[in-house]
Amino acid sequence: MNVMNEQKIEEAVKARMTAGTNEVIKMRGDKVTVHYGEKQALFDVDILIRENQVTALIGPSGCGKSTFLRSLNRMNDTIAGCRVGGKITLDNEDIYDRAIDVVELRARVGMVFQKPNPFPKSIYENVAYGPRIHGLTRSKADLDEVVEKSLQKAALWNEVKDRLHDAGTGLSGGQQQRLCIARAIAVSPEVILMDEPCSALDPIATARVEELIDELKQNYTIVIVTHSMQQAARVSQRTAMFHLGYLVEEGPTEKMFTNPDEKRTQDYITGRFG
Amino acid sequence: MGEHTVSAFDQELNEIDRLIREMADTAARMVSASIKALLAGDAAAAQRVISEDAVMDTYQRELDDRAITLIGKRQPMAQDLRTVLGAIRMAGDLERIGDLAKNIAKRVSAVGSIGTPKSLSHGIDSMATLVLAQVGSVVDRYVARDGDGLRVIRDEDQKIDVSYTAVFRELLTYMMEDPRNITACTHLLFCAKNLERIGDHVTNIAEIGYFIVTGAQLPTQRPKFDETTAAIVGS
Repeated sequence: MNVMNEQKIEEAVKARMTAGTNEVIKMRGDKVTVHYGEKQALFDVDILIRENQVTALIGPSGCGKSTFLRSLNRMNDTIAGCRVGGKITLDNEDIYDRAIDVVELRARVGMVFQKPNPFPKSIYENVAYGPRIHGLTRSKADLDEVVEKSLQKAALWNEVKDRLHDAGTGLSGGQQQRLCIARAIAVSPEVILMDEPCSALDPIATARVEELIDELKQNYTIVIVTHSMQQAARVSQRTAMFHLGYLVEEGPTEKMFTNPDEKRTQDYITGRFG
Repeated sequence: MGEHTVSAFDQELNEIDRLIREMADTAARMVSASIKALLAGDAAAAQRVISEDAVMDTYQRELDDRAITLIGKRQPMAQDLRTVLGAIRMAGDLERIGDLAKNIAKRVSAVGSIGTPKSLSHGIDSMATLVLAQVGSVVDRYVARDGDGLRVIRDEDQKIDVSYTAVFRELLTYMMEDPRNITACTHLLFCAKNLERIGDHVTNIAEIGYFIVTGAQLPTQRPKFDETTAAIVGS
């Protein structure tokens, strides 16, 4: 069942080096397993996450895609009875190594959730919180600049610059989600994980976030879980299909949505499951 | 392929397949009838073929409508997307086959008025048999989602090309033998060319069908046997 085996990964790495492309592997999963107590949720997932690309994780509910996403910044640590096996690296560093500071890891690998969850504070404070607790800025002026830049990168600045001290929760759903993205960006992460970031948004707000994802990938590596096949096809360069805890297939998005190798992928994306 | 979770999706795809079937049957009937009319000098039968062209147009429009609605409604992916886009293109080729059959039928009155030259037309007759077999089986193979069968049909177009070259030479010979044959033979030559074009459309359909079924394109190069460019009068 282990579709992407070690050899394939080695081949992929070799192909990248010999083809002379400038693809860099940002994160890498080697035989990743996740257990929730007795129940195994993820089986031997081998995957490469490429730098400055958007990788979409798709699959039916309960397939393990969110579990895998959450293991990339050790969000699973907060769940009692959750054990992660295998190896996950960020820039060739084992993120489950004892020496790793989880707080620092989560600053490098940020996360945006399904439902916008701004802090019950002002727009400014929502964005300033991260840089402040991580001690990333020296002065108020520094912090102001980080807040402005983050809001600009999240394409929210123009809409909120005159009311930075209003409550973040007073924004519309789409604006709140972009605020959460600004908050994630503020600590200068390298990887941004997004767990169905548009599922609570209307089509226009969704289009804005998708446009934003397109821009963000120039500076960040993005991994996105989505239930919308069209969204995965639109925003990502690579797509990974999960089913029953296994990585079924991973490949260039165009191929995955036009002519996938695996029957299960084809059945899922064409709406023939079960 | 299994069934879609939404069964109406399957019904809509089946409808599109059904229209392709109908168009293919109509096209085959038109080709067959036009050749029969040509060989028999039957102007009434030729007229029926000409009027059937409107039926083909109606089918094609209905297929376009259904395909566009399906894309808008279902956002098909992978094989489903190929099926819908491929059907639109196949319908275009089938419609052209109908047009070409109509062109052959239109010649019937011209050839007929100067007397049907039965002795001149058996080359066309055997060429038509080949073309008809191709038209009939290409959609059969497609509906059966038989990729290998479609590849074979595409490669068999060379038989039609060879046959066309033979007819070309044959008619040229008749014309050289007796200049009074020239008018009839020229009309027949156009008919042969139309049959050869029908073969090319069958080839297109086979290629589109192969792409729908497998997701891969057949290589663009295939053997070509049109030697008429080399056949010079008196050589």
